[in-house]
Amino acid sequence: MQVLEPMTAIDPTHDHPHHPFLQHHFEDMAQQHEASTLGMWMFLATEILFFGGLFVSYTVYRIMYYPAFSAAAHHQNWMIGATNTAVLIGSSLTMALAVWAAQTNRRKATVLMLILTLILGGVFLGVKTYEYSVHYHEGLFPGQHFTYVDEHNPAVTKGVELFMVFYFSMTGLHALHMIIGAGLLIWMIARAYRGDFGSEYYGPVEVMGLYWHFVDIVWIFLFPLLYLLH
Amino acid sequence: MDDAYDSSGHAPKHDVMGLPIYFGVFLALIVLTFLTVLVSRYDLGLLNTPIALGIAVVKAALVVLFFMHVIHSSRLTWVVIISSFLWLGVLFVLTLADYLTRGWLLY
Repeated sequence: MQVLEPMTAIDPTHDHPHHPFLQHHFEDMAQQHEASTLGMWMFLATEILFFGGLFVSYTVYRIMYYPAFSAAAHHQNWMIGATNTAVLIGSSLTMALAVWAAQTNRRKATVLMLILTLILGGVFLGVKTYEYSVHYHEGLFPGQHFTYVDEHNPAVTKGVELFMVFYFSMTGLHALHMIIGAGLLIWMIARAYRGDFGSEYYGPVEVMGLYWHFVDIVWIFLFPLLYLLH
Repeated sequence: MDDAYDSSGHAPKHDVMGLPIYFGVFLALIVLTFLTVLVSRYDLGLLNTPIALGIAVVKAALVVLFFMHVIHSSRLTWVVIISSFLWLGVLFVLTLADYLTRGWLLY
């Protein structure tokens, strides 16, 4: 029976100190960074298809109930939607700046930009909560609470309810992603504050950014589909 | 598109994008948001949806290329991104090929 040697052997090619955050299964920091961003993109590919299912069913029902979907989108407050779009684009800018600050060894700027991203994300979710409460009081929440009747064309009311099913599931799934993103941001703020990141190692901030920008892109498509097309 | 991964180096071989690019992209995204709202005020008939989605695609491309640094990403990352949109295309084309053609049977 083979006796396993204790791991005392030292690779002679590794005579230099390692970066503390280099995982043992990677050759070097560059390979580790490439693997983490590639892995994140593979996850985002599944996310694209996850949201894609909702987008394709929205498309099918929009074609089937075109007048109702137009009336429902017309009823939306596009000013709130546009404001939230600007807020989210702003949070994407601060997120990109956080990655830039980490890449250029600016610890304080990294922390500040991540906090700003978190605040802007919070503003978005706050506005969304306000919007949801307005919809609820108008009787636009689908199901037994749905009491809304379209004043211009009462015949489309059932279609409006269907539109609101898509509205709540798509914006709700998007908001859930933002809440998860806010949790991840708090974690990244703590790590950045601790001084984990710098030009050699900023993979987690970069990957956090990829996630945040993806959520921004989903909203970039939701905004015209749910607020503007009428 | 260039190869970000260089096995001879130890630090990530990433070009750090300049701040003007980030602020420029942000400005472009805000302008495009205004544009899409402005265009939606006018009824352009059949062009309404293609214009709104076209602007959204341009905005998404700006975010992907610059904020997500894909313009400097490795070819392997490009393969993953392009194939994910290819699958999204399959989802849309096959589903709509069914739903959009069902009525044709009646004629």
